[in-house]
Amino acid sequence: MPSFVINEKCDGCKGGDKTACMYICPNDLMVLDPTAMKAYNQEPDQCWECFSCVKICPTQAIEVRGYADFVPLGSSIMPMLGTEDVMWTCKFRNGLIKRFKFPIRTTPEGAANAYDALKGKDLESQLLSTEESEGRQLPRPKELVK
Amino acid sequence: MALPNKPKGELKAVKDPEVVEKEVDVLIVGGGMAACGTAFEVKKWLQPNQTVLLVDKAALERSGAVAQGLSAINTYIGENSPDDYVRMVRNDLMGIVREDLIFDLGCHVDDSVWLFEEWGLPIWKKDEAGKTLDGIKGKKMGTLKTGGKPVRTGKWQIMINGESYKRIVAEAAKKAIGDTNILERVFIVEMLLDKNKPNQIAGAVGFSVRENKVYIIKCKTAMVACGGAVNIYQPRSVGEGKGRAWYPVWNSGSTYYLGAKVGAELSMMENRFTPARFKDGYGPVGAWFLLFKAKTLNGLGENFAGSDAAKKELQKYAPYGTAAITPTCLRNHLMLFEMKEGRGPIMMDTVTALAELGKTMDKKELKHLESEAWEDFLDMTCGQANLWCATNTEPEKKNSEVMPTEPYLLGSHSGCCGFWVSGPDYDWVPAAYKVKADNGKVYNRMTTVGGLFTAGDGVGCSGHKFSSGSHAEGRMVAKQLVRYAKDHADFKPELPLSKQQIVDLAYKPVRTYLASAAYTTADDINPNYIKPNGMMYRMMKATHEYGAGTATFYMTTNKNLEIVMEMLATMREDCEKLAAGDLHELMRCWEIMHRIWTVESHLRHIQFRKETRYPGFYYQADHPGQDDKNWFCFVNSKYDPKAAKWDVFKKDYIKLIP
Repeated sequence: MPSFVINEKCDGCKGGDKTACMYICPNDLMVLDPTAMKAYNQEPDQCWECFSCVKICPTQAIEVRGYADFVPLGSSIMPMLGTEDVMWTCKFRNGLIKRFKFPIRTTPEGAANAYDALKGKDLESQLLSTEESEGRQLPRPKELVK
Repeated sequence: MALPNKPKGELKAVKDPEVVEKEVDVLIVGGGMAACGTAFEVKKWLQPNQTVLLVDKAALERSGAVAQGLSAINTYIGENSPDDYVRMVRNDLMGIVREDLIFDLGCHVDDSVWLFEEWGLPIWKKDEAGKTLDGIKGKKMGTLKTGGKPVRTGKWQIMINGESYKRIVAEAAKKAIGDTNILERVFIVEMLLDKNKPNQIAGAVGFSVRENKVYIIKCKTAMVACGGAVNIYQPRSVGEGKGRAWYPVWNSGSTYYLGAKVGAELSMMENRFTPARFKDGYGPVGAWFLLFKAKTLNGLGENFAGSDAAKKELQKYAPYGTAAITPTCLRNHLMLFEMKEGRGPIMMDTVTALAELGKTMDKKELKHLESEAWEDFLDMTCGQANLWCATNTEPEKKNSEVMPTEPYLLGSHSGCCGFWVSGPDYDWVPAAYKVKADNGKVYNRMTTVGGLFTAGDGVGCSGHKFSSGSHAEGRMVAKQLVRYAKDHADFKPELPLSKQQIVDLAYKPVRTYLASAAYTTADDINPNYIKPNGMMYRMMKATHEYGAGTATFYMTTNKNLEIVMEMLATMREDCEKLAAGDLHELMRCWEIMHRIWTVESHLRHIQFRKETRYPGFYYQADHPGQDDKNWFCFVNSKYDPKAAKWDVFKKDYIKLIP
């Protein structure tokens, strides 16, 4: 189900140093044609349909069309990624539309605690830094084969 | 550190790239769950003046197997014990596993899950009445760490709202290790041993997929964790759908290649995973079986897995087949039997399952149930949701087909191929499970190469780690990397190749292309070289037909294996003529080399093990059935980088947990 870029909507991220779709694609598929200032999927048969480019595109210029080899035409699914949830619009071939909203995170973006101040003490033990700081003990197998 | 993007076409590959040389104490190769765990943990232990660098082929925010998200965390010990976790993994993998590694992982995995929740991953909870709350509403029930009850699907899995799982985990990893210690869009293609000290890792070679730059990185110690291997067999969909692999299509076996090539011992590479998934879209079936209690039916509408015939068949594989939870391979085995007998297709009876659940639910709950079913796909396999839309499939009205996929190689899911690594240095871990370093010390998760570690899909004999376990294992390795570098503070890595030799090696496909491209009028057809796309099809066809691919219902024979091994050896020779016109293609050239090596290891192990240990995953027709007398052992293999020869051998299995 390869991603495609809508000509009219793509502005090539205005020539910034980070074209969003190109930055994010885990398989290095999205590229920018620098003359047209438009992005495109350079290898559609290696697209995992992960929707990373669709979700990150600032102009909502990217959508996905079902794989030609097994997906009938006429449907679409489209995410709107917010800061707290994602809203999906799922359009059936027969016209039925379903909408779903799912939470994506419970904290503000950028708020993940990296525990920068936490320093481990005993490099010879098997405890991880957080386990050590909380004074946890690692269990032994309850019973061993004799 | 994100690089400014340089698109394909704007910057073709050039003959002489710029060279960037770096030297660090600790090198992390990979960017998925394991590497993010290492990145989070490493600075907590780093000694004064020690340096670290993480190199990712993609962007940390969405790289690796969790890029798309996940709808569940498949390993959370919680109220269970690590002892029982060992028993579950051992049974699913037909008895032969490293119980030290599995138990050890089970002691740490929950700590990573608690961090995920603290960072913002929404985890479903049960309320006082036992009803399900999503990750936002469930917050009021407290965190898992403070006693909040997760929504279990089966004994080990918990449900999450996991669309942004990887983004959250990567955010913490990036902050912890620091942007300046991350190189994104750099593909490591070879690890290098030290010039002077035998069997000691000394560095890595890679290149940018954005700029004409070769990276030469020296290190005292390194972790290689680049996931499993995908698209090593012809997939069931061969057009655009080839990208809709069950596991991430960008996992090119680099983990196995990078370690094996410098002589790290591989273990259980014969173990593969061919998951049964919703046909074509490869959406997950776990929630359907465990959460929605759906059954699979054969073409005659029979619940074949519950039949007397199935029970009788499973008896043959006791004690695994008769355990409360049927091993994954045997579930496939039963399904394949139906298909071969002409009783296909296999359908997931979603209609009955939802109707049954609906009997005790009000309208609002029913709506939530429908939403849960869709979220299961939309969180981790969006394309399956679109396939349902395109085929007008509402699961409460229409059943969906289930089918076993093409084979995958991995060590973190329901498979256990990877490297032979050291267990932890506990008194209850047998000496044979510990790898001693040159200084006589034991470093947990170190491979048989000094200073080379792995985690996640890279660790063999220890499946069922999944996302959370891979993260925890990456953290465990972080500590050992620092410890190894500290204990080897005087070691000064020296590379065995000159700067020029390294550039020649990494950019060979570019040079081949530039030397011959002008000869023909069509870029992809030239007698002097082969493009990576062509080589990929060649490999897939060979493994598909001879190496127990879907073409033969996963069946192979001695003779077939002989043929495919010869074909792969020829392919390796022809890889000398791979050609790349641009940086993206250069990445594909190296990926196909990594894939060929990886699948060759897989088949070499299948060739060696003279039994069929995993019916349903593959069948060795010359050696049907399990032969516990001769084969209740690990199969390991080792490539000798100096002699360029493989050795395959048995290694004793030691039962630790009763």
